Amino acid sequence: MQVTFHLPKVLASLAGSAQVQARGATLQEAVEELTVRFPRLAGRLTGPTGEPHEYLLFYLNDEDIRFLEGFDTPLRDGDEITVVSAVAGG
Amino acid sequence: MSSHVSHRRGVHPLFHSSDAACVGPQPGGPANTSLRPLTCSACGTLHPPAPTAVCPECLGPLEPSYPPDRPLPSTTALSRRPASLWRYLEWLPFEEEPQLSRNTGFTPLIEAPILAAALGVRRAWIKNDALCFPSLSFKDRVVATAINAARQLGLDTVGCASTGNLANAVAAHAAREGLSAWIFVPHDLEGGKLVATAVFGAKMVRVRGTYDDVNRLCSQVADHFGWGIVNVNLRAYYAEGSKTMAWEIAEQLGWRFPDAVVAPMAGGSLVTRLAKGFREVKEAGFTGDPLPRLYGAQAAGCAPIVEALHRGDGRIRPTIPRTLAKSLAIGSPADGAQAVRALRESGGWAAAVDDLALVGGIQLLARTTGIFTETAGGVTVAAALALARQGHLKLTDEVVLCITGHGLKTVEAVRSGLEEAPLIAPRLQEVEALITTT
Ligand SMILES: Cc1ncc(COP(=O)(O)O)c(C=O)c1O
Ligand SMILES: [Zn+2]
Repeated sequence: MQVTFHLPKVLASLAGSAQVQARGATLQEAVEELTVRFPRLAGRLTGPTGEPHEYLLFYLNDEDIRFLEGFDTPLRDGDEITVVSAVAGG
Repeated sequence: MSSHVSHRRGVHPLFHSSDAACVGPQPGGPANTSLRPLTCSACGTLHPPAPTAVCPECLGPLEPSYPPDRPLPSTTALSRRPASLWRYLEWLPFEEEPQLSRNTGFTPLIEAPILAAALGVRRAWIKNDALCFPSLSFKDRVVATAINAARQLGLDTVGCASTGNLANAVAAHAAREGLSAWIFVPHDLEGGKLVATAVFGAKMVRVRGTYDDVNRLCSQVADHFGWGIVNVNLRAYYAEGSKTMAWEIAEQLGWRFPDAVVAPMAGGSLVTRLAKGFREVKEAGFTGDPLPRLYGAQAAGCAPIVEALHRGDGRIRPTIPRTLAKSLAIGSPADGAQAVRALRESGGWAAAVDDLALVGGIQLLARTTGIFTETAGGVTVAAALALARQGHLKLTDEVVLCITGHGLKTVEAVRSGLEEAPLIAPRLQEVEALITTT
């Protein structure tokens, strides 16, 4: 599946752009594929055991992935993944 | 002036040019900032003042950094300063006294003996932030610090994602300081909150979705437009405003601590900062009392922080809010995990109350203290009652309840439960008739 990531400013510079394409059957795979292509993102999207980074929130289209299956959520072609800092709001 | 020069001008003297490069002041600002630098609370790296709340190294939250050897005032010196939150300047993220939003804070602390009896505690006080200026909620505190940060960083537009009170506060502070404001709120906010934002001339946008959807949008807005979104990219400065409530409680009690403090939770920032404020008062040597036990209050229809504490794992499970207490309706609280930790470490606890109980809480406060609070205050009073019944608040305790917003903002929450006033002709007999029937 081909999907689009929208990255926060603090990560965009590491990927060269705020919008990047990636491939994967699940969110986990897409995140892994992204970090292979942009090694400076390694450890900045995921935590020590490959889980979503504790200071980030991931949305698949408009849904917080914690309401779905987290990184195991299957992807469809054209999905939009928005990544934002968890240190915001309130 | 070349961009090179303008980049240098705002750099804090603490920083060498290589440090400055890692965050870098935004183009156009900051000029002559007195803002304190930022430290990452996760990895400890130091960064110059900037409209960013996130560590570029590890994505952790940035916090203002206070030199431990800075000169500190005595309690006598503090007592002579003007009655606003700025009297605690040495614990706020500015090296010099800022010029905007001068009259915020130092709200009344009022003893409430009838409420104490109802709770079954020794003494009770209301920290009455329903009278915080200019917009009648504790959010004036966080906006007072954030708007000064915005000005000093050279930003001319501020904004927020809000459950209502923050919208009122940003719109009011921005209006009187001549800044533009973009306010983003969930589509279903109470009429009072909408009017009390729009009246200030702010650009208000209703977003289809919950607060958490609004919040995500505002993270993108802050990145994209470079505005000072007070609770997003100015959050490091914003959050410090909350802790002045703890400082005021300690000073107004005569430099001592109560046994327990009960406060409402949405994003979890207030309780976390109350803990920080009380800790600072103690570290300053202004009291030898043990730190107060902190108790958090949420509505049962949106209680991710209470549930994480009660479950024991401290991990926030996001929730879709369903409650009358719209000001507390944050399903994915940014400071949720820190709030759980702060409550637990203080020896306190938390309670969630349903909508009926929160309406009862508004009425109980009104009828025992003469204070009219909004839904968040109703949640706080009802949670205090629940915590007292469960034995968390004790007969020997001195308790402070943080009442954080004014009741006229959410009249619809109580209106339906109140008896309708009888309608009569202007005749004495009709009053006599009323007296005999009641
Ligand atoms: C009146 C009132 N009290 C308390 C809170 C909770 O504050 P925090 O998000 O810091 O937990 C809010 C938040 O919007 C509020 O409007
Ligand atoms: Zn860091």
